[in-house]
Amino acid sequence: MSEAKPLHEGLFNWPDPAAGLIGSRCLDCGEHAFPAQSSCRACSGQNTVPANLGSEGTLWTWTIQSFMPKAPYDTDETPETFTPYGVGYIELACGLKVESRLRENTPEQLRIGMPMTMELITVRQNGDGEELLTFQFCAAKESH
Amino acid sequence: MDVAIVGVGLHPFGRTASMSGLEQGAAAVRSALADAGTDFKAMQFAFGGSQDGGNADSLVNLLGLTGLQFTNVANGCATGGSSLNAAYSAIKSGQYDVGLVVGFDKHARGAFNPKPKDWGLDDWYGETGLMLTTQYFGMKIQRYMHDHGISRETLIRVAEKAYRNGSLTPTAWRKTALSWEEIDNAPMVSEPLNKYMFCSPAEGGCALVVCRSDIAHRFHPKPIYLKTAVVRSRNYGSFEVFSPSQPPEVADSPTVTASTAAFELAGVGPSDIDVAQLQDTEVGAEIMHMAENGFCAHGEQEQWLAEGATDINGRLPVNTDGGCLANGEPVGASGLRQVHEICMQLRGDAGERQVAGEPQVGYTHVYGAPGISGVNILTR
Repeated sequence: MSEAKPLHEGLFNWPDPAAGLIGSRCLDCGEHAFPAQSSCRACSGQNTVPANLGSEGTLWTWTIQSFMPKAPYDTDETPETFTPYGVGYIELACGLKVESRLRENTPEQLRIGMPMTMELITVRQNGDGEELLTFQFCAAKESH
Repeated sequence: MDVAIVGVGLHPFGRTASMSGLEQGAAAVRSALADAGTDFKAMQFAFGGSQDGGNADSLVNLLGLTGLQFTNVANGCATGGSSLNAAYSAIKSGQYDVGLVVGFDKHARGAFNPKPKDWGLDDWYGETGLMLTTQYFGMKIQRYMHDHGISRETLIRVAEKAYRNGSLTPTAWRKTALSWEEIDNAPMVSEPLNKYMFCSPAEGGCALVVCRSDIAHRFHPKPIYLKTAVVRSRNYGSFEVFSPSQPPEVADSPTVTASTAAFELAGVGPSDIDVAQLQDTEVGAEIMHMAENGFCAHGEQEQWLAEGATDINGRLPVNTDGGCLANGEPVGASGLRQVHEICMQLRGDAGERQVAGEPQVGYTHVYGAPGISGVNILTR
């Protein structure tokens, strides 16, 4: 099995992705941001700390990317192998809404308010054969 | 000192393979100067902008090296609004008597191709497929339809009106009216918006000659008065494009803040407006902007469109020249085309698409990434 690593450091906990996304929280006003910011876009303060944002949320809005994007899109897909993907905002427990690719990619599978959970997907392989990973959300399994 | 628009010029939007963007801008300027019965040497200042067509102040190479103050403006889709706002202040302050506003562009075909670094984002955002404006527009209207009960039929009605109005506008790019079925069955781009529900990047130029209102009749027998020109950027919480995250509370958009300020400054209200141009990058934008500019409550668009209230013969005609949907969007010129159309309507020179009853008060609203709105209120 090939090695894997995040495409971009600091977006999600690694190597323990179950801990979810990493953002920041402002110690002055309490607002969250994703990705983590050193200054606060709400109060202009510079007193922020890293914050675990978790891996669960609900779908706030969505669309579907039905054609393969031009650059800077950079995956191992070709126009022939491209698979449409969903895009949405996931409302997290802290209230922040995070933009994400969605595994679901048809209107029938997507509904505002549905529970969602984070998973990791391979964006592409680098020159060393390593899998470069990013986060996406998918429908959470119903609990019984 | 009040501000008047005494010359308007348009190089038709669409595709002009034989001309550069700069040449299309120069053509628009010459047309506006001829409309005002004056020449470039008489211009004391210019504000101009172009996203992909080159530096606006290079126009002096084509129009004449007269030594005027020429300031380049770059505010995305709101470039035209920002240029006119700057010209308004230049006249209003007493600094100048007469000057020029110009915008032009020449974009490659297909969707815009923004780079994450230009927007303060890291490469992962683009590489993983999130750097597309079309996704944002789809997601914004999707949520709005959910919150305010807007149907897919209303999306189709806006597109139908746009191409119908385009068919009445000699300078429009899309001059063929489209049937309900053609729009309904078009290929999906970004749920719930399909091909005919989006405008396309295009080419073209637009220019205005502006002056002190007390000398306006020297230039044109029917001056149009610019009562106010307001530009606002986004507040924390406004739902805007290229945002990896959004705060919990959704704040008023810059359209709401610009519109409210413009109505206050002009001393009129939404019910006083006889004809309006509202940013219609896609059909959802026009629907949301009807409410954000104060013309109706959120959700009332459903009834307004069903009744034809925004048709040319409706109670508030919107985008009488077909808007961005029928004209395409050369970013630097697009906001000025809106002002051009309102001037034609208020002069009574809009031909087949003329709003009846001698409209007195007009309104333009431009909106662009990453959350800038410009509103102008104009009178006869």
